[in-house]
Amino acid sequence: MLAADLLVAQNVGFYLIAGVMVVGALRVVTSNNVVHAALWLVVVLAGAAAQYVLLAAEFVAITQVLVYIGAVMVLFLFGTMLTRARIGAEKDLNNKNWVLGVPVAVLMLATMVIALNDGFGNEQLPLDAPPINTETISDQIFGPYLLPFWALSFVLLAAVIGAIVLARKD
Amino acid sequence: MHALLASDVPYWAQSLLRVLGGLVAVLLPAGTVVYLFLFKMMSFMQSRLGPMEAGPYGSLQLFAEVGKWLQKEDIHPARADKFLFKIAPLVVLASTFLLVVVVPFGPDAWFTNFEAGIFYALAVSSVSVLGILIAGWASANKYSLLGGLRAAGQLVAYELPMVLAVIGVVIQAGTMNLQEIVVAQNAGSMFGWDGLGNPYLLTQFVGFAVFMIAVQAELTQTPFDMPIAESELVSGYMTEYSGFRFLIFFIAEFATAGVFSMIAAVLFLGGWGVPFSWFGWTSLGDIDNWMNIVGPLILFTKMIVLTFLIMWVRFSYPRFREDQLQGFAWKVLIPVSLVNIMVTAILKVAF
Repeated sequence: MLAADLLVAQNVGFYLIAGVMVVGALRVVTSNNVVHAALWLVVVLAGAAAQYVLLAAEFVAITQVLVYIGAVMVLFLFGTMLTRARIGAEKDLNNKNWVLGVPVAVLMLATMVIALNDGFGNEQLPLDAPPINTETISDQIFGPYLLPFWALSFVLLAAVIGAIVLARKD
Repeated sequence: MHALLASDVPYWAQSLLRVLGGLVAVLLPAGTVVYLFLFKMMSFMQSRLGPMEAGPYGSLQLFAEVGKWLQKEDIHPARADKFLFKIAPLVVLASTFLLVVVVPFGPDAWFTNFEAGIFYALAVSSVSVLGILIAGWASANKYSLLGGLRAAGQLVAYELPMVLAVIGVVIQAGTMNLQEIVVAQNAGSMFGWDGLGNPYLLTQFVGFAVFMIAVQAELTQTPFDMPIAESELVSGYMTEYSGFRFLIFFIAEFATAGVFSMIAAVLFLGGWGVPFSWFGWTSLGDIDNWMNIVGPLILFTKMIVLTFLIMWVRFSYPRFREDQLQGFAWKVLIPVSLVNIMVTAILKVAF
């Protein structure tokens, strides 16, 4: 790769954000405090949102913030703080069998690299592409992808009803 | 103004101007709300005078208070998680600054003109929950932790009716861009009469009521102030904070009240605009340049009216119980706003 290719604003942004994300992801698994680990995960998810912005996908980026940072991580922190979250380091937080996770992670990475490279290897966003707006996405969801959308909705509905059934005492 | 910004001013100066504008847009509402409503109106409602000594009618009391907070020592509890304790107020304030970025103040006077503006506003407003949770946990104090957890439960519950209330406006305007929502209201007409435009307050009054109640809860103002209930939890997640970190929480609370009122004014009251028929405008391009000066003043006036509503309710009602709060959100507000969406969608297709 030439220096001229590297020193495009988008590329610089991508590598900076990616670096922060990698550091954050490593800290998620090495941190010895549950809340710190969860907050490093927030950094990783926010980085993903920033990468979507670089890809001119603003709707996806905003959804990432709304769903993952605003809802999922809040529930996650809520749960850990309600049950067990001491201040300071916890010695027994890291599982002894963490080595077993390494090959799984490597396998996962390899699968994704191959799959993505196979599917989109040489595709490029056109230069000066307009941002992918909400209308385009909704046209796709309520057009060709209507059936999967409905199926997902039913799965979520079933999960909600299941949660209510499990939580009710009577 | 737009042409001026685009051509003559270099990029770094534009960015500097935007930062300064953002500071003004956050601090001016906060100061106005605190002085006008928290100091004076609350005092008159309680048959007392409020601050009188500093300046005419105590109007310099704000500066005295800020000076007092700034010179206090920056302390933290001995067993607290120091780093998280210190950044938590900044996360809450950052959420306010992210929020003000999408508010349009005039035809060309905006910070960013997001295509999915209102969706972005709803998304970043939920970031403040993280800051509150961190503050509650990092204080190493059971009252703080309880306050933080209550705040999180409340903010998550009232996020939903807020999003659902906005959907009615989005359906009617056909766009999520706040600027286009303003134009749609001011260029619209009611049954052919365009003397007032078509402020969505008239058609979306259910959405407006639900939105303002949800804002009240998101700001943790009485009757929804369980997270900082002083008779139960000392001061909730803010218990351990003093000096300028408390000041930051305080500014964030009232600045967010102002910014949410601006967003409500944009969604339901026509935002910065005047009805376009008064001056013979038809679209965004026709609007005269002076609207960039008058527009922010109009929006500011509407913001004052809406924050007055919020504060009026705050000083008039007692606190809910925790189960009443959750029941109200899930059993009343969400069904009502879902019906509102359904009716709006049917009417939109019918007309």
